[in-house]
Amino acid sequence: MAKAVLDVLNLEVHYGGIAAVKGISFAVEEGEMVCLIGANGAGKTSTLKALVRMLPSRGEIHYGGARVDHDESHVLVGKGLALVPEGRGVFARMSVAENLAMGAYLRRDAAGVQKDLEEVYALLPRLRERQRQLAGTLSGGEQQMLAIGRALMGRPRLLLLDEPSMGLAPIMVQRVFELIRAIAERGVSILLVEQNARLALETCHRGYVMESGLITLADTAAKLAADPRVRAAYLGE
Amino acid sequence: METLLQQIINGIVLGAVYALVALGYTMVYGILGLINFAHGEVVMVGAMVTLAVIKLLAGTGLPLVVQLLIGLAVSIPACMALGAGIERVAYRPLRNAPRLAPLITAIGVSIILQYLVVLVWGRTYHPYPELLPTTPFDLAGARISPAQVAIIFFSALVMAGLLWLVHHTRLGRAMRATAENPVVARLMGVNVNHVVTMTFAIGSALGAVAGVLVSINYSVAHYQMGFILGLKAFTAAVLGGIGNLGGAMVGGLLLGLIEALGSGYVGDLTGGLFGSNYRDVFAFLVLIVVLIFRPSGLLGERVAERA
Ligand SMILES: Nc1ncnc2c1ncn2[C@@H]1O[C@H](COP(=O)(O)OP(=O)(O)OP(=O)(O)O)[C@@H](O)[C@H]1O
Ligand SMILES: [Mg+2]
Repeated sequence: MAKAVLDVLNLEVHYGGIAAVKGISFAVEEGEMVCLIGANGAGKTSTLKALVRMLPSRGEIHYGGARVDHDESHVLVGKGLALVPEGRGVFARMSVAENLAMGAYLRRDAAGVQKDLEEVYALLPRLRERQRQLAGTLSGGEQQMLAIGRALMGRPRLLLLDEPSMGLAPIMVQRVFELIRAIAERGVSILLVEQNARLALETCHRGYVMESGLITLADTAAKLAADPRVRAAYLGE
Repeated sequence: METLLQQIINGIVLGAVYALVALGYTMVYGILGLINFAHGEVVMVGAMVTLAVIKLLAGTGLPLVVQLLIGLAVSIPACMALGAGIERVAYRPLRNAPRLAPLITAIGVSIILQYLVVLVWGRTYHPYPELLPTTPFDLAGARISPAQVAIIFFSALVMAGLLWLVHHTRLGRAMRATAENPVVARLMGVNVNHVVTMTFAIGSALGAVAGVLVSINYSVAHYQMGFILGLKAFTAAVLGGIGNLGGAMVGGLLLGLIEALGSGYVGDLTGGLFGSNYRDVFAFLVLIVVLIFRPSGLLGERVAERA
């Protein structure tokens, strides 16, 4: 597993006495796109939050070859582990440009930041047109694009995405997934949590299926998409 | 009987000081949703420390204005450290406690600070030296003293500096991001505790300046001066919409004007029954009226009730 950018062993997350994640192990290799699918309440968001230390957890989290489960969230971003949270979390009262600047908060290389900003604007021309607008006035799809663009401004090595397609019109869902593919092509590793299992499995290399806090299936995306259990439970067949 | 213009000048001077103190309340509330009721005492400490430094310098023959500036150069960092220390000791350990808990520690901190000041400087009213020339300027029949001009000028300068910091610096952006969504701010790499510390420190710096200005205005400082001043500035912050910087400034000015005009005319209005010694009543009338009719304040958004 020398190439794994993320390696998780026996991760557990508890809310009070209730276990939401019950000891799961999984990995993301360098440059890989991996998805985590599962029904509502399966524990996907809890898993991502534990990875970025928004929640306390048990078990081991190895990122970039080092153990990080005692790091603080704001330190992990600096190491290239970025989360685009469920519900996007754009700063509604700040402009689009300021949101993007927040994504580069820890960076001191002004020239590099400027170059990445140009790249994000090239990837997402809508954001350039609206750079002075308050983020709260953007459409849901534009906000999702902004949230992803903002994460890119931190030059992530591993990007965690929590349901980026949630609540978006089909055309916007397509655009968001195109964007995710474009990001992966630049060499960023991706861990994608999705309700839209069909699209997630079409997009990613590998996948994990999560049910009530446990990983019940792990395989290549193609094999998962062909698995009758997955087809019945998540692909509506 | 003083003229209307005179009342307005007095009101603006008073309001500028209220606005400076109100900013300290509103910044902390914006970031933590907490009312730092010990802020008034920080203001008082600012006035007392500055006075102590000026007394030390008394024999040096330095111009009074220079003495004042040296006093501020000592009291501003002292108050910044004090404000940040209060957060560290009295509020941070209670960040997840019920909302009543930090209110109680705030009262405790206020009492401790008052009595520390009593221990060092006693309970007396300390006359504040005339640091500026006293010959007033004439303005269409009204008088405005150099001290009043200085108060308006300094307050405006400090507030402009604050607005610049909040809107055009990296720290200011982190403060606004934290105020809006601390969880996501942390995901951007913001050290939220550091931002909270800086917020208390900056609010306390404004408080120190306000403490000195108000002491110059009334030519006196004493250990209880922070209490009423704090309550009035809190009222100003609520009037403008707590959590909103522009609101604190507008609220402070309005409250100063209401108080000056109210105390100026209360005698006429009540046929001499009440005199201008009832001036403090106006602030609290304003607080009650705002809380009943527009709890979100003039510029505030609706703040959801937090448990
Ligand atoms: N703050 C919380 N306090 C208590 N229980 C929680 C909390 N957050 C989540 N849970 C519980 O933990 C379990 C897993 O929730 P989680 O949000 O991780 O699921 P999810 O897979 O992301 O679901 P969804 O698809 O609905 O986003 C659920 O049973 C949920 O009710
Ligand atoms: Mg979720």
